[in-house]
Amino acid sequence: MSSTPRTSPEVGGMGHSMKRKEDPRFIRGQGKYVDDVVLPGMLYMDIVRSPFAHARIKKIDTAAALKVPGVLAVITGETLAQFKLHWMPTLMSDTQMVLPVEKVMYQAQEVAAVIATDRYTAADGVAAVEVDYDPLPVIVDPFKALEPGAQVLRTDKPDKKDNHIFHWEVGDRAATDKAIKDAAAVVKQRIYIPRIHVASIETCGCVASFNKTDGQLTVWMTTQAPHAIRTVFALVAGHVGLSEEKIRIISPDIGGGFGGKVPVYPGYVIAVAASVVTGKPIKWIEDRMENLQADSFARDYHMDAELAADKDGKITALRIKTVADHGYADAAANPSKFPAGLFSVVTGSYDIKSAFVEVDGAYTNKAPGGIAYRCSFRVTEAAHAIERMTDMLAQKLKVDAAEFRLKNFIPADKFPYKSALGWEYDSGNYAGALKKAMDQIGYAGLRKEQAEKRAKGELMGIGISSFTEIVGAGPSKHFDILGIKMFDSCELRVHPTGKAIARFGTKSQGQGHETTYAQIIAEELGIPAAHVQVEEGDTDTAPYGLGTYASRSTPTAGAAGAMAARKVRDKARKIAAHLLEVSEEDLVWEPGKFSVKGAPAKSKTIQEIALAAYTNHPQGMEAGLEAVNYYDPPNLTFPFGSYICVVDIDRGTGAVKIRRFVAIDDCGNIINPMIVQGQVHGGLTMGMAPALLEEISYDESGNIQGGSFMDYLVPTAMETPKWETGHTVTPSPHHPLGAKGVGESATVGAPPAIANAVVDALAHLGVTHLDIPITPEKVWRILKDKGVAE
Amino acid sequence: MAKHDIHVTVNGAPLEAAVESRLLLVHLLRENFRLTGTHIGCDTTHCGACTVLLDGVPVKSCTVLAVQADGRSLTTVEGLEKDGKLHAIQEGFMQEHGLQCGFCTPGMMLTSAALLEKSKNPQEDEIRHAISGNLCRCTGYVNIVKAVQHAAAKLR
Repeated sequence: MSSTPRTSPEVGGMGHSMKRKEDPRFIRGQGKYVDDVVLPGMLYMDIVRSPFAHARIKKIDTAAALKVPGVLAVITGETLAQFKLHWMPTLMSDTQMVLPVEKVMYQAQEVAAVIATDRYTAADGVAAVEVDYDPLPVIVDPFKALEPGAQVLRTDKPDKKDNHIFHWEVGDRAATDKAIKDAAAVVKQRIYIPRIHVASIETCGCVASFNKTDGQLTVWMTTQAPHAIRTVFALVAGHVGLSEEKIRIISPDIGGGFGGKVPVYPGYVIAVAASVVTGKPIKWIEDRMENLQADSFARDYHMDAELAADKDGKITALRIKTVADHGYADAAANPSKFPAGLFSVVTGSYDIKSAFVEVDGAYTNKAPGGIAYRCSFRVTEAAHAIERMTDMLAQKLKVDAAEFRLKNFIPADKFPYKSALGWEYDSGNYAGALKKAMDQIGYAGLRKEQAEKRAKGELMGIGISSFTEIVGAGPSKHFDILGIKMFDSCELRVHPTGKAIARFGTKSQGQGHETTYAQIIAEELGIPAAHVQVEEGDTDTAPYGLGTYASRSTPTAGAAGAMAARKVRDKARKIAAHLLEVSEEDLVWEPGKFSVKGAPAKSKTIQEIALAAYTNHPQGMEAGLEAVNYYDPPNLTFPFGSYICVVDIDRGTGAVKIRRFVAIDDCGNIINPMIVQGQVHGGLTMGMAPALLEEISYDESGNIQGGSFMDYLVPTAMETPKWETGHTVTPSPHHPLGAKGVGESATVGAPPAIANAVVDALAHLGVTHLDIPITPEKVWRILKDKGVAE
Repeated sequence: MAKHDIHVTVNGAPLEAAVESRLLLVHLLRENFRLTGTHIGCDTTHCGACTVLLDGVPVKSCTVLAVQADGRSLTTVEGLEKDGKLHAIQEGFMQEHGLQCGFCTPGMMLTSAALLEKSKNPQEDEIRHAISGNLCRCTGYVNIVKAVQHAAAKLR
């Protein structure tokens, strides 16, 4: 898989499939998640939500609720308005209601909150709150929202005269228009990537505890970015006395995040406000329907794409116009300068001279959002667009999809590669990954089998996706969230007995940071990973960082860990020189010890050096052995891979069965192969989910279809195939460990492989495109139209 | 609201509580008995994070009333390890990387442990069918299947 590890299994540096350090507590049920936090005198909060997608609130009657024994308070927008806390900023510097005073803007919007002695009583209180609504006309279609004369939804913004949020464009419009005009072949397609939801198995929630005596606020919350949350709280609620040094955010064990636990939701803010007012700890845990219906969604991109080729079958130009439906507010979690995220990686793995993309954001009467679903800022949308269009163009030119890709890949010798839309790809070998995938799955044999099956009327398809990701945001020159630069950090202390503690600004939600980061320190210092304690998620102890999402942990905080360890090693070298009475230049490092050049018997282990740092350090040197690094990455990392999917379609039901799926990933140098493979398995499943199963749609009145697990179909073990994985290794030239991110590659790469396989199975019937999710009904209707349904 | 006195055996220990009729078993375990290894993921019997064994049979404790457990025996994740020795299913999940965030893991392990009581050498299809009422969003199930097979081999 990767090169031989430099360290022994006992040390457990890079390349070892070390068992996870977090598992002993999880397999015993001893993980500590937010709902496990119980404080003395704690009260519970439950939320009244709107049944209407757009309505004026005529009256909120709380009298009956307040008569329920155990209900202590009902908080409304009017209550919060007294403290100027009824509005909050989104991470995209838009605004969003915490609780309404005038109108509700989407179904399931928070309307009031009930505080009670226990969660059952709080629910009783919610049922007893009476709200009188006056329904208003609803807009659910972003194209209608953008039409001239459309009803303006954000009447809270005095200057707003339409429902347009932003226009963003990149690339050379004129050159692209000309290239498409002059092309020998062009394919054009409207591609819709529907609204979906991360649906982590743990929903969101918090326990907010404000101490009125000392002004200290502690919030245990399901957040992927605790430090940023602390600063946001300080900035937004400074006027009610919250001060950043007295705010402590604790992100305990998190039951899956996938991007859904980056935003600040109204529930968190109401709970904090309730605790500040009452001086009591307040627990709020949303239920699954609240989670699916009101928390930030992902995708909802309508893309008009065109891809052009010359007479030799070389891709020459890509043009995409996108309408992004953000719902009631732009509550995405993109870096500030990128309202459409990193969508401009949409030229993908191909050497395309001319490209132009533009995105327009629209307000509608749907839940706010635009976050990722286990992907780096709109990269899944981009990969789906280019991989679908590439297949369509190959189909039009009657060229094999693999051959077409191999002909158009950015060649391995052209890296670093500057893309037409401005990114500098760090490293890649796209043909290497695709050829490996073709070998592993037996591509030629499958094509032969497909031809035989087609002759018999059976429907079998083979789909390829050769994606390129862009992860690890990001360099401070371009990347910030609310002005805070997107560095990340590590603070490393080596104890006198040679053991260590390392704290990071990120926060694992299942990715295994406690293990991976320990292995990074082990690799750099030779201290066994078993003896490196990793901590994250407590803003009182961890160094400042921007958190875990967009596959950024290894590219940023992992790099910070390596750099902090190298600082420690530099000091260790000075101490070793002192102990061995030689000059620093005469010392040779191997993981775990310094020895004297030419006299390897004369050496000092890192443990001996650590002890000396506290007991026998050189005169003039500070005692101790520790370092901090805030890592500002020089570039993003560009993981890639090639996936091949084989599907069989049931002509009676239209059901698509994934028979085989081979995923070859390249995430650069691998730290823990077991964890990397696990990330790919999970990512593939979260790629299959929107390709075949998941969608949150709305009816014309703004009612959510897919707001519970009855209708929102998260894959079970029955639908999920047995994934086959493999790797190529093309190190990142700028990351200190040569590593790239990997947690989201498969979510990005899998959907087009599956969609391409289904279209391939139906191509001989004249089918050129299907929007995801590819449900049995969609396929069956096509089969019926074409007269091949059984 | 009227309360009922119930007596249950949880992980071998006799426990009692006075509960409202409407109290769910999952809340009895988590809040009355402070056994927080049993998790809540959906409230509607879909996700299986709250799975426990009721007289040895996996049930979703978010849709069982606490009073229905009166006089019966429960096993939760906290009861899998005995005398400091991990249950084979716990070892299987750790050895085969069958968990990531850990949230579905207790329910997934209890469903699997119940399967292993009935089936000594379960094949992949049988395992996938058995755990199809337990959702995992992290692992993609491949390593969970391996974990159950690992445990089965150890128990044989």
